[in-house]
Amino acid sequence: MTTVTAPSPLTAGEKGRAGDKFFSGLTFAAGALILVVLLFVTLFLVVNAYPALVASPAELTGESFFSYVWPLVLGTLLAAGLALLFATPVAIGVALFISHVAPRKLAKPVGYVIDLLAAIPSVVYGAWGMLFLAPLLVPIYDWLHTYLGWIPLFGDPSATGRTILTASIVLAVMVLPIITALSREIFVQTPKLHEEAALALGATRWEMIKMAVLPFARPGVISAIMLGLGRALGETMAVALVLSSGALGWNLLSEGNNTIPAEIAANFPEASGLRYNELIAAGLALFVITLVVNLAARWIVNRHKEFSGAN
Amino acid sequence: MKLTRIGQAAAVLSIAALGLTACGGSNNPGTSSSGAGTSGSGSGSASGSASASDAPQVTGTLTGSGASSQQSAMAAWAEGADGIKSVQSGLKVQYSPDGSGAGVKKLIAGQVQFAGSDAALDADEQKQVQTFCGPEGAMNIPVYIAPIAVSFKLSGVDKLNLDASTVAKIFSNKITKWNDPAIAALNEGVTLPDAKITPIHRADESGTTDNFTEYLHSAAASDWSWDPAKAWPSDLAGESAAKTSGVVGLAAQTEGSITYADLAAATNLSHASIKVGEEYVVPTEEAAAKIVEASKRVESTNKNDMAVEIDYSNAPAGSYPVTMVSYQIFCQTYKDQNTVDMVKAWGTFVSSQAGQTAAQDEVGSAPLAASISDEAAKAIATITVAK
Repeated sequence: MTTVTAPSPLTAGEKGRAGDKFFSGLTFAAGALILVVLLFVTLFLVVNAYPALVASPAELTGESFFSYVWPLVLGTLLAAGLALLFATPVAIGVALFISHVAPRKLAKPVGYVIDLLAAIPSVVYGAWGMLFLAPLLVPIYDWLHTYLGWIPLFGDPSATGRTILTASIVLAVMVLPIITALSREIFVQTPKLHEEAALALGATRWEMIKMAVLPFARPGVISAIMLGLGRALGETMAVALVLSSGALGWNLLSEGNNTIPAEIAANFPEASGLRYNELIAAGLALFVITLVVNLAARWIVNRHKEFSGAN
Repeated sequence: MKLTRIGQAAAVLSIAALGLTACGGSNNPGTSSSGAGTSGSGSGSASGSASASDAPQVTGTLTGSGASSQQSAMAAWAEGADGIKSVQSGLKVQYSPDGSGAGVKKLIAGQVQFAGSDAALDADEQKQVQTFCGPEGAMNIPVYIAPIAVSFKLSGVDKLNLDASTVAKIFSNKITKWNDPAIAALNEGVTLPDAKITPIHRADESGTTDNFTEYLHSAAASDWSWDPAKAWPSDLAGESAAKTSGVVGLAAQTEGSITYADLAAATNLSHASIKVGEEYVVPTEEAAAKIVEASKRVESTNKNDMAVEIDYSNAPAGSYPVTMVSYQIFCQTYKDQNTVDMVKAWGTFVSSQAGQTAAQDEVGSAPLAASISDEAAKAIATITVAK
């Protein structure tokens, strides 16, 4: 990644040490740079959000900033949560298929195709969801309402299919390659000795995966899911194109609900004055959520470290 | 690794693509502007409007900011072959579509020489603008009139009559079936299916929504309790899509849908005729221009102000009431003579019949009636240098 070439061990000495110093300085600068950028983003958000946070409620869109932002926060978490719910099992399945089940001839092309999914711009996903997927899902939503309508989640279905459930499915497709690619990398890292030991003890392939591969990979897979969650939380274009936004509601099959990024994208171009600050403040809320979610994930990973089987 | 690299490449490409398209949109040079005045010549070449080309040539750059609804028309006026270049080859006009509110703010702050706005200056803004524009303030000149069609998609039905109250009830989810007696009563002889109505509104804040809800609020007050606003009422659930192209596209692919959009953009849909007096009027550019011509002027501290208030309850026969009027706002006085000349040349051109025709050809807006054009020319002629 960097242009620095490692000094040959033969010429190591004073010169080598200088190279070492240069290299560590360079990496330190890179590490510091990312923190500085993060700091400036935080500063920008806080400074611009501040007027909306202290403004009198009468000037704001909702009754108070909190009442404006909490349906958006819940909507964002709902969409991202559903997306992970759909994507995670599939992604782990695909990753295991590639790493442990598929013949090598098949595994490579499937891996490439999954990687390719990550390269598709979100606008394209949005257009696909809006023009192709949403109309396709309308009869399925009708069916769900007819037979499972007693569950409040499946209320009156939308005639266009532009619902939070559709948005979640599009998001799931978008995070799928991220979780798959990272999980696959981790699954193939499982020590061969562990796998062979499990097989030697008479485990079937599934039991071997259950006993050796999954415990070893758990922290990595959680990290992969968190990366996917980050994308799902922040995804703007696809949601803005696919969802008929509206007030927060339980019904997954009708229009309504909205996410913070989509709200910002829809209203930012014409926003002025306090409305602008309000939207930035919503962005700050999203920033905080992402931070909290990532810290929680880190905590989970650390807690499970000692049982991972890697040691 | 491979994943992130492909992702990076995609990100770079998509950003580059965005940048390129953005440039393509604004930097469209007026190719072979026929009849453009040769550089330096004192008299404008005689093509296009007679009134504007008589004016002496001016050079310089005008900056404006405001409503995005005027953006496409602005491209025709500022860049197109039949635009300002056909009469004033040395005048450059830059317009940033920041939104009506932002444009007015920038004019008040003196950052731009004119603003585009879907709403005329209110009394408060008129007072604030005096710091930059002098004691007489600014004038609202109507330049962009667009009929807002109430468009629907319903197989087997291509003509539909609606009145304000029915439209209000449909969009507030009080009428939910196409064969509702209220709709049937207005459409004798039309077989209406027993299908669900799906009203579609704009997801983003928009001047179209503002004018549409203004119409519902004024013409059907008992059925529409919300105040007119650029954002759709938040407690009113419904399908939505971003931008005009979004709602039109969604309506076109949804059977039984109904939406409101700029007539020129709603091409794949059928349009409802709206009840005016005792008859039903098909949305057309002429009918839209007619209601603006017949509208009352809003009282203003500036005597040249042309802000109109559409009187929905008293619309003349054959006029189409659901109409958006967008203004350009000019100061009564500017600091120096060159700015005055530029503003005059620009304002006169935009509101002239030639300018209006150029916008009509480009975006399908309704050209101003000749009487309004003349009045605008007179109003703009009074702009002077500040004393």
